[in-house]
Amino acid sequence: MAMRSIWRTLPPSQLRAVLLVSLAVGLTAVSYGATSVAAGLPLWVPPVLAIMVLAGSAEFLFVGILAGGGGIVAAVAAAILVNARHLPYGMATRHLVGTGPKRLLGAHLMNDESVVLGLGQRDPAVARAAYWAAGIGVAVCWPLGTVAGVALGNLVGDTHAIGLDAMFPAIVAGLVMPVLRAGKGRGPALVGGALALAVTPFVPAGVAPLLALLALLTHRRSARA
Amino acid sequence: MLDTTTVMAGAAVLAGGTYAMRLGGPALRARLGESERVDALIDVAATVVLVAVMVTTAFTQAGGFSGVARSAGVILACVLAWYRVPFLVVILAAAGLTAGLRLLGIA
Repeated sequence: MAMRSIWRTLPPSQLRAVLLVSLAVGLTAVSYGATSVAAGLPLWVPPVLAIMVLAGSAEFLFVGILAGGGGIVAAVAAAILVNARHLPYGMATRHLVGTGPKRLLGAHLMNDESVVLGLGQRDPAVARAAYWAAGIGVAVCWPLGTVAGVALGNLVGDTHAIGLDAMFPAIVAGLVMPVLRAGKGRGPALVGGALALAVTPFVPAGVAPLLALLALLTHRRSARA
Repeated sequence: MLDTTTVMAGAAVLAGGTYAMRLGGPALRARLGESERVDALIDVAATVVLVAVMVTTAFTQAGGFSGVARSAGVILACVLAWYRVPFLVVILAAAGLTAGLRLLGIA
């Protein structure tokens, strides 16, 4: 999808959402870059991960395990597990990612934000534009914010004080609620959310959202009834 | 701290593994063939995963409770978004409530 047609297709309200999401991701990245360097990791690690992995929660975990003295195998395995949710995301966003060579870039732009923005649209063209715009916004702001965080280091204050940690779940909530309100999978989403919360203390990071998929069993039964 | 080569190799494997899963989803879906029922189920599956990611990042931190401030902020976001309050207001209200509670000494 060409940049020009993204801007032409995207309604102003969605464009504002993309800008806000990108800004929040950029701020989180500043905190990520700063804490990674403070933890004693080499300066090149966070920016390189930000560009090549482009998945915040997995990078936080990878960096955290290494900084905590964990082994490289444990760090890679844990981070890949966190990213396993991209498999169901990709199944749902096949038409947004694109086809042919374009999908090679489209797939890399897949993250919680681009998926939730894309799935929330009714019009297929707007859905594609929203997915790509959010994907590109995150792909630009996450690495740039990371570099800024690495450069600023200890100058970055406590981002908890401004409630930055509430922003990511609030963004997903803000975008997924309209989908649930429209009645798409409300029951399974509730059951899955409760299931994920219940198992979180007992499973490695990233497993809870996958176990939540067991809630789909409730969906199938209600669809047959 | 580990040596540079080891960290580089680990980063490369992580990047490759993540990319393979991002590319694998659409490919896997294509193999299932065209079906509206499967499409509908997969859409619900993605929504379930998104909601699960949302509630776990909202209410938990390292396997324990994330604290009152963040939880309250995200619950407020859920309620406001449900009543179709503009997105910008939803996000700022969530961050604002969380920050405000912390300012009052409520973690």
